Amino acid sequence: MTVQTFPEWQGQPLDEVIYQCRELFEDSDLPTVRRWRDAGGRVVGHFQVYFPEEVVHAAGMLPFKVRGATVEPVQADSRFGSYLCSILKTSLELALSERIELDMFVTHPICDAARNLAGVWGRNYSYPCQILYLPQNANSGHAAEYLRGEYARLKRGVEEVAGREVGDDDLRASLAVFNENRALLRELYAIKRDTPWLLPVDEAYVLTAVGGLIPREEHNQLLAYVVPLIRERDAKRQDKIRVVFEGGFCEQPPLDLIRALGRSCYVVDDDLLIGLRWILEDVPADGDVLLNLAKAYVDESSYSPVQHDLRKPKERMLLKRIEDSAAEAAIVTAAKMCEPGLEEQVAYTRALDEANVPYFVSEFEENMTSFDHLEIQLETFVENLLFD
Amino acid sequence: MAVGAIDDGIVGRGNRDGAQLFRVWFDELTQAAESDRGGAYVFVMGSMSELLRAFDLPIVFPEINSLQTAVRRVAHEYLDEAEDYGYSPDICGYVKADVATQLRGGALPMGRIPKPALAVYTNACNTYIKWAEIWERMYDVPTFALDVPGTRAAGAQTWPGDPDFENDRRYVAAQIRELIAVCEQVSGVKFDIDRLRENMGHANTMSRCWKRVLELNQTRPSLFNALTDGTIYLGVSNGLRGSEAGARYFSDLVEEMEYKSERGIGTLTDELYRLLFVGVPCYPIFRRFSELFTEWGGTFVNSTYLWFASGGSNLGFQYDLDDPLESLAEGVLISVRDAMDAMFFQTDILVEMIDAFHADGVVYHPIKSCRTVSTGLADNRRALMAGRDVASLFIESDMMDRRVVSEAQLKNRVDAFFEGLAARRGQAAAPAP
Repeated sequence: MTVQTFPEWQGQPLDEVIYQCRELFEDSDLPTVRRWRDAGGRVVGHFQVYFPEEVVHAAGMLPFKVRGATVEPVQADSRFGSYLCSILKTSLELALSERIELDMFVTHPICDAARNLAGVWGRNYSYPCQILYLPQNANSGHAAEYLRGEYARLKRGVEEVAGREVGDDDLRASLAVFNENRALLRELYAIKRDTPWLLPVDEAYVLTAVGGLIPREEHNQLLAYVVPLIRERDAKRQDKIRVVFEGGFCEQPPLDLIRALGRSCYVVDDDLLIGLRWILEDVPADGDVLLNLAKAYVDESSYSPVQHDLRKPKERMLLKRIEDSAAEAAIVTAAKMCEPGLEEQVAYTRALDEANVPYFVSEFEENMTSFDHLEIQLETFVENLLFD
Repeated sequence: MAVGAIDDGIVGRGNRDGAQLFRVWFDELTQAAESDRGGAYVFVMGSMSELLRAFDLPIVFPEINSLQTAVRRVAHEYLDEAEDYGYSPDICGYVKADVATQLRGGALPMGRIPKPALAVYTNACNTYIKWAEIWERMYDVPTFALDVPGTRAAGAQTWPGDPDFENDRRYVAAQIRELIAVCEQVSGVKFDIDRLRENMGHANTMSRCWKRVLELNQTRPSLFNALTDGTIYLGVSNGLRGSEAGARYFSDLVEEMEYKSERGIGTLTDELYRLLFVGVPCYPIFRRFSELFTEWGGTFVNSTYLWFASGGSNLGFQYDLDDPLESLAEGVLISVRDAMDAMFFQTDILVEMIDAFHADGVVYHPIKSCRTVSTGLADNRRALMAGRDVASLFIESDMMDRRVVSEAQLKNRVDAFFEGLAARRGQAAAPAP
């Protein structure tokens, strides 16, 4: 199915493209998904962090990244207890408030709260709601083989919803689209890392995030259009410190908070929406595509607090991210009530102390609206570094 | 209660022997700690004790240690220490109590635990994984994540012969073989399949008996309180899984419950209302929390806690001792999956419990500390209420942190619940107009 869901950016100057991306990102009515549905398309919602979107794409459906929203969980609140992160509630609210209509919902065992979503969602909707059991023992010699079987199971479920079979050629075609997308995102991040004055973190963020809202072919067109424009940008390098932002792997900080970060410093690398950039290399399209995807998940992937892998101790990975991006400091955050994020903060800060890397620790919630206090603290942190 | 029953020493034996076995277990752990032997740190959902006992590793259950600090009313000291170390007030209290225990060199009110030589944990609770990462960092010891895929959607369990089940089973079996190699390396003990077989035989007895004990509580009046007595039985079920002493204890427990059932001997409560408990007990005020219900004649006849916190032993899965390794993989997969089902997809389980146990009400007790258990309970209650005309109560507190336990508020809610139960019963008894 070819539907243009997001035509507003086309042919526009760079600032207008970014403005349109921001407008789309902040529109909790999800107009692109609505346009897709209006054209007869089906939608599979997948909760954070990583999901093999190729499988859904190959069936001709739209993979929609469920990542919460800045909406009041008016109806969803009664489905959950207290002491939970916001993203769970606002994600379900999008469905309960009919801002989005899905044909299938998939969550993952990334944390104790998120794995409950299959049960909660399934009690509220009659369409298939399930858990995709991504392997938690990435160090088992059998993990990739198991995951290949799990992807095959997912594919069968997707085929039932789509009402059609997904062949190897379909998967290969989708893999090509997503390989291109990942390559473009790597390019975008390279610009941010190497010449951060050309691409502030909030702009890179919305350019990345709209990928979860539109068909990936459209996202590829968009990125291929803006990357040269960003490189040609006439922007002056400023005396800002280079920092890595850590803590945006699941619930997302409000865009205004990300913008505030960008005002104070150059965010040269981050884990915002890391699931879209989880796989680090092109996935081979020859042979068994599902096995290739599974191997890439296990062996050619980034890191986050919700994946345990003895080869990738998170604190060492953070130090490597800092080193690779030539950052001078780190901003270590966690969403409120996010257990994996909060637990990881302890390891991160201890490792940063040992490595003598300055850091700023904070918590956020996607629905925060006031950052004055946080911004002052951050400014103080930055000034201390600049005048140290 | 018949005096003869007391003289026989049968009634109350499960509680007495359970307490005694716990003391012995902790004495052994203290001895191991003092002789600088490393322990195998495990969790209640998928402890793999059957296997680990074959390597002579002292078995440590950090969850049980942590809850004991709450029952003994010192949890706040441990929580404060872990929070001073850097852990957030908003994470699992069990984890924090263990962090403080480690910082104290293993010192606990019940004794001292050895340092970990190895940690083995499933993914039944994601916090297990984050918890084990703490030991990795503190001690640089091997940790092993035994990944047990759970049920993908409500009612979608697969069984042997199904390709999806077989995919999961091969994965679990492969990991068990990998775990054996790690255990050999850590313990210096060569794997002996006959020792495993023997331990699995004991686990079979324990699981079979645990299932029977739970079933026997369908008797009126109920034979034990699932919240209080049940927690003692549960402790033995976990701590001594795969041991001869554990098997003997559970054989005796079945004898006790059958004895009581035949003679109509119930709990100490004059049973007026039969209740189901969903969630995790309020350990900081454990006795008082139970009294809030028993004072009104309410007894807990079953709970999802006795299911999931036994690692799914409630199913009574019986290992095939002729094919131990493959059967261990299948048993772990089915049992741990069932434990997860009792937390994530419990609506049907509760409906069956209501019928089988003639329950008058369901008490939901989500807690701050545990998102695994608590996240979906409000929604589950909505679904249960929509499907069944049964009274329910929804109260929140914690299993560890007394800062979020308000006894007065709990009492108000519980009192109102019983008043509602009484009114409901009165209306049912009233002649139709």
